[in-house]
Amino acid sequence: MLEVVDLWKFYEENPLLCGLSFHVAQGETVCLLGPSGSGKSTLLRIIAGLETPERGQVCWDGRDLAGVPAHQRSFGLVFQDYALFPHLTVEQNVAFGLNMQSHPASQVAERVSKVLAQVSLSDMGRRTVTDLSGGEQQRVALARALAPEPHLLMFDEPLGALDRNLREHLMVELRSILRASRVPAVYVTHDQEEAFTLADQVLLLHEGQIVRSGTPAEVWGDPGSAWAARFLGVGNVVEGVLREDGRVVTAAGIFAVKCAPSHRVGEPITLLLRPAGVRRLALQAGPLPEGCVAGTVTDVVFHLERFKVSLSNGLFFYLVDPPRPGEEICMELPASAIACLP
Amino acid sequence: MDPATLQGSRAVEWRRVLPWLAPGLFLALFFFYPLGSILWLGLHSALRGGIVAPVFLPTAQVFLFTVYQALLSTLLTLAIGLPSAFLFARYTFRGKSSLRLLTAIPFMLPTVVVAAGFNALLGGRGWINLGAMQLFHLAAPPITFVGTLGAILLAHVFYNTTIVIRLVGNALSHLDPRLDQAARTLGADSRRVFWRVTLPMLRVPILAASLLVFLFDFTSFGVILLLGGGRFSTLEVAIYLQATQLLNLPLAALLSFVQLCCTLVFSILYSRLVTRRPVSSAPRPADTKGRPARTWRERLFVGGIVVFLFLMFVLPLVSLPLRSITRLEADRAQHGPVQYGLTGAYYLDLFQNPTETIFYVPPFAAIGNSLLYATVTVVLSLLLGFPAASALARPTRLERVLDPFFLLPLGASAVTLGLGFIITFNRPPLRLVTSPVLVPLAHTLVALPFVIRILQPALASIPDRLRQAASSLGAPPFRVWLTVDWPIVRRATLSAAVFAFTISLGEFGASSLVVRPEYPTLPIAIARFLSQPGASNYGQAMAMATILMAVCGAGIVLIERLRLPGAGEF
Repeated sequence: MLEVVDLWKFYEENPLLCGLSFHVAQGETVCLLGPSGSGKSTLLRIIAGLETPERGQVCWDGRDLAGVPAHQRSFGLVFQDYALFPHLTVEQNVAFGLNMQSHPASQVAERVSKVLAQVSLSDMGRRTVTDLSGGEQQRVALARALAPEPHLLMFDEPLGALDRNLREHLMVELRSILRASRVPAVYVTHDQEEAFTLADQVLLLHEGQIVRSGTPAEVWGDPGSAWAARFLGVGNVVEGVLREDGRVVTAAGIFAVKCAPSHRVGEPITLLLRPAGVRRLALQAGPLPEGCVAGTVTDVVFHLERFKVSLSNGLFFYLVDPPRPGEEICMELPASAIACLP
Repeated sequence: MDPATLQGSRAVEWRRVLPWLAPGLFLALFFFYPLGSILWLGLHSALRGGIVAPVFLPTAQVFLFTVYQALLSTLLTLAIGLPSAFLFARYTFRGKSSLRLLTAIPFMLPTVVVAAGFNALLGGRGWINLGAMQLFHLAAPPITFVGTLGAILLAHVFYNTTIVIRLVGNALSHLDPRLDQAARTLGADSRRVFWRVTLPMLRVPILAASLLVFLFDFTSFGVILLLGGGRFSTLEVAIYLQATQLLNLPLAALLSFVQLCCTLVFSILYSRLVTRRPVSSAPRPADTKGRPARTWRERLFVGGIVVFLFLMFVLPLVSLPLRSITRLEADRAQHGPVQYGLTGAYYLDLFQNPTETIFYVPPFAAIGNSLLYATVTVVLSLLLGFPAASALARPTRLERVLDPFFLLPLGASAVTLGLGFIITFNRPPLRLVTSPVLVPLAHTLVALPFVIRILQPALASIPDRLRQAASSLGAPPFRVWLTVDWPIVRRATLSAAVFAFTISLGEFGASSLVVRPEYPTLPIAIARFLSQPGASNYGQAMAMATILMAVCGAGIVLIERLRLPGAGEF
């Protein structure tokens, strides 16, 4: 089991990782999700032993790995642009880690062909890696990391350079390979689709700290902060003030919402308005009813089974029947779509 | 196709050929014609006389020694260059860029200056020997340097280490650092990372550097002649000796032929090697800065090499000017107490023309001659280089065919060029051997490929859209050239001019065959003075070499300053 405890890392005097702690259990895939430049790659490189943290520990099965060099950790790392050895063939790339463990040649060959079959590259063994397509190179990189049977696999945005179709395909494939091999994995990405597809646990990384962790459904259901809600695109994040009657007044409308008892009257409050499940109302004169929003439609974008409707006040919602741009509309939000963010 | 279009395209064809006219004629007359004469003379005499023992044996012997010394020099250069390349690519330390520039300076210094520098340090009248003699009251210099193979090897290493540093070091600093890291996460320790990943990926640059170093060592002339002290004969030196002292032109031509074949083979190997697909480098520019040494072993490595390089490159370059202003021994025929210490006498002597002089003119005149030749060379090579480079910058099929021809003079050695001149232009209507014009012509031939190679990328870097934009805004052709082309090629032109100037100033190989004794150039005068006995002659050689070094050094610094970022690596 991997345990990361209170990890600190500075980059040119600026804190990059600020006291990060998490663990990865046997057979578990943990996805670190965060924007570019949030220190995700650095974290992987620290776990791999390629960089040293300013403070904190990386432990494996309870043993502190400080002082254990990268080549003795047995942690596989798959790089964003693969980092395949250009002077070696596909087979030789995959065999590299096995050769370092000095296995007999017959065993190496057997293991290489097994792993290549696992990533569906059986007949590509003798090709040079520079002749392969991006997707094929990615599979070789994965096979190379898998071959020496590492204790832990790490992925640094491995699908970032691939086009959408290939990415979705490889995502599913990767998922089944990880499930089958039962190797614990740490996967970093800025793409929530990848994270939600692959992860048992998602860790949201923001300004060097983990701001939310949980299963994909838990994180999506309760992002836990305004930043996380915005980053994940869960819905509209609006600022408001708590009124004496328990309602929250915002620029978009007045909403009844259950807030934590710690909030006091007159205090600013952040609300999350989820865009789905809204009901369109007929326009009426007078003040906007509670739990409703109104605005001028600025944009209507086809979004698979529904339309994403943007309003002039910056809010967006999903509607099945598209309004026309320029139209004034009014919508009622179900209670479940309104949440209070801490 | 209707006649009008046909005629139009033919006019276009003519306009394409026009820029080639002057440089093409020049090359035909002063390169291919003399070269043809050499081949004809060499083959003719070989065929008529047969490959007989008196010809074959010395040729084979000279050839074998040429290969032997070049191989040894190359291995030594690699032994010093490879660690240095790692030093520059992987580590940061104070004075790094200065040290890098320092190691690059010798490559462009004239051979006579380098020979004089090593002579001033290690020669019989150099600092170390005279110092040791005075200190320990010895009667003879304790170290024999000039006339040993060691002197030749040392000078070759001094010259060519920068090639290894640049070629291998550049490749090394562009290697994707993640390949190292990938290997480490796969269980390779640093020793295995080096042998399994780093070194295999550097195979091509190391081979290319070795081949280039070998080629330079193989065709080395001045170093062998001046530091070998006449005891060693490579192909180049043999050609020179046969042509000028034994007056056996047919044998000289035969040796030239062998030499040409060899350089041709090496050049083809080299260009095939470098045009092969480059080894994968980082998709984005990798961190090329390196890092400071951390462990004591790294510090030892960095410190050791820095000190070694510093001593190796600074000592000869500093000994020379210091020796030229210091009197360390009594002059010939000088009686009474010797005034040791600083002196300007060697420089003042340059203006005198005592009766025992080697030339018909005071040594000072050699400086004037050299400057004049260099100026003519600059003008000629720019006049010929500009049209050729402009055409090459926008290559059509014609240019692709012609391109290699304009680089050929690089492959032929300077001594061969000189030999070609004296074989070819010794009878009417072109009886030029007795006139001084052959010197700047030979220098232009040597400088032209460099001038073209400097100008061409600058000219090619100007997008046609800029010119079209300027003319669509109403600029007539000359204004277009003045406002678009000139500001961009100005630096390159100046750089090419300085290059041609320094090449001409320091040129030794061709000059040693075509220079007339009444119009000596600076390097020829230095070589003669070095070979003469007497402290005064030695001092004057030092003084002239110092002047030459100062001028060329200024030129090198100027070129480094003018170099476009990222352009121009061999």
